[in-house]
Amino acid sequence: MSPEPDAMGIAGPEGSGSAASPVLGARLEVDVQVAFEGFDLEVGQAIPATGVTAVFGPSGSGKTTLLRSLLGFETRSRGRIALNGDVWLDSEAGVAVPPHRRPVGCTFQDGRLFPHLDVEGNLGYADRRSAPAPGVAASITRDDVVDALDLGPLLDRRPGTLSGGERQRAALGRALLSRPRLLLLDEPLSALDRRRKAEIMPYLLALHSRFGIPTLYVSHAVDEVALLADRVLVLADGRVQAFGGTVEVLEQLDLAPLTERFQAAAVLEATVGAHDDEYRLTWLDLDGQRLSVPRIEHLAVGESARLLVRSRDVSLATERPSPTSIRNVLSGVLVSLQQDESTAFAEATVDLGSHRLRARITRASAAELGLTVGSPVFALLKSVSLDTRAGR
Amino acid sequence: MNLPELGPLWLSLQLAAAATAVLLVLGTPLAWWLSGTRSRLKPVIEAVTALPLVLPPTVLGFYLLLLMSPRSWLGGLWVEVTDTTLTFSFAGLLIASVVYSLPFMVQPLQAAFESLGRGPLEAAAALRASPLDAFLTVAAPLSLRGFLTAAVLTFAHTIGEFGVVLMVGGNIPGKTRVISIAIYEHVETLRYAEAHTLAAGLLLFAFVVLVFVYVFNRRLPVHVA
Repeated sequence: MSPEPDAMGIAGPEGSGSAASPVLGARLEVDVQVAFEGFDLEVGQAIPATGVTAVFGPSGSGKTTLLRSLLGFETRSRGRIALNGDVWLDSEAGVAVPPHRRPVGCTFQDGRLFPHLDVEGNLGYADRRSAPAPGVAASITRDDVVDALDLGPLLDRRPGTLSGGERQRAALGRALLSRPRLLLLDEPLSALDRRRKAEIMPYLLALHSRFGIPTLYVSHAVDEVALLADRVLVLADGRVQAFGGTVEVLEQLDLAPLTERFQAAAVLEATVGAHDDEYRLTWLDLDGQRLSVPRIEHLAVGESARLLVRSRDVSLATERPSPTSIRNVLSGVLVSLQQDESTAFAEATVDLGSHRLRARITRASAAELGLTVGSPVFALLKSVSLDTRAGR
Repeated sequence: MNLPELGPLWLSLQLAAAATAVLLVLGTPLAWWLSGTRSRLKPVIEAVTALPLVLPPTVLGFYLLLLMSPRSWLGGLWVEVTDTTLTFSFAGLLIASVVYSLPFMVQPLQAAFESLGRGPLEAAAALRASPLDAFLTVAAPLSLRGFLTAAVLTFAHTIGEFGVVLMVGGNIPGKTRVISIAIYEHVETLRYAEAHTLAAGLLLFAFVVLVFVYVFNRRLPVHVA
């Protein structure tokens, strides 16, 4: 029953985590155990308290339980939680700071705006209760938040009259106005359809660079994680499966079972090589090869762009294809081919040099093309998603 | 037409208003605790709260009478402090009414608080609201309908009580003769005209209050998560 918190152990060797964290010692120490009937969560991880950390995993993996432990709502939590040395939970010492005294801001999947207050009232509720304290968040004002999230037209509306996307924007604004030292976003996009997602994504992308609050972003969607996060904590069955930089973690193939098949994707980091004004394209350099994407307005030549390529959007060929409408063809080496005998599909991994692509092809095509590990292949990219953050 | 004494009506209204006020103060925290607790005592407390619903008023009145008699600890203490007896007094009636009407305050409030769920309160806590702050600024406003229903049921139920009042308060004009007892008295003494006037007045009053409540309730916003 009584676990043995090894406070030194979970913090990890000094320096190993701080490479990613410019603020010395800014980190969230998590070493919690939560046991329910039929499920237990055990997470021991020091997370740099900078940038955006995705907490990623399939439903039922313990993401929300972890979040509720951090917020202080999970009274069965045991172990230790501390942000930058401020202890929120230390069950050995009998410390459990109540939720309203933890400087955490949070948005919930269902928004949870107060239905008896309009948007203005909801923002004010947070604003009045969070006296500006020293720290990054102290300077956040109501006007900043209204401006950053375009809440102006919504201020006198009641939550019941808002669309899903508007509700999440208002909830984000409210969470920011609690001037938190840590922001927790619990699947803010999961209740939204594709169009609403696209509507709110730019706000999420801009959030961190504008307000600079360290953020934990809980999600089960690879594309959100790939575009938003600096690093990823992968949870499965209540345990940490992986932790590290987004690109490295998402490239690990053993994550495949965790992501639904259609979601599998690779993240690539490319450099803007040139802009083409005539065709409104931007050329990107990637491992010595070139890609073209629709013109990226805000990135200058030499800046880096993060790309997400879903494996279902990649086709393979053994020879460079004759002209097609697909513009992006990359050459590489097939490094693995996993056939799933119970389906029609196989998952191929192509090494491009310093990046890897994943392709989902049928097993029949793999056989007809005579694909063998180690042979050169051409990858045809039907579609590429782009992280539009500036300055990454 | 013989106009009856209006004293009993006035006394009933005072008693009902006082009982409602006292129960709002006592019943709200009790209902709040019941709605959120995981204590093993919860079913016991719930059962005690619901007892007045199932007990015959005479049983309740009998025990309350014993409790308030100057020989019991409560009645004796009351005599020492106030120099009057608790039985056959307005204060005694009020205590009896509070006990008798307790479930009518607690149950609607508990249901209202339970239907809120933990969502709004967690949201408030995440915005630094202390539990009391969250109750006053989130739970209470969202439970306005529950408060209205509870207050009206308590008020109406107190106006209509008879057995407990008779056991504890007796029938002292100006002190404990409430409207239901006055009607009974008029009927017993065959003064049907007075009984009619009081009864019809009470009927009309009850109807008007209920219509008002239903109209008002419709206008209150429903907050469904």
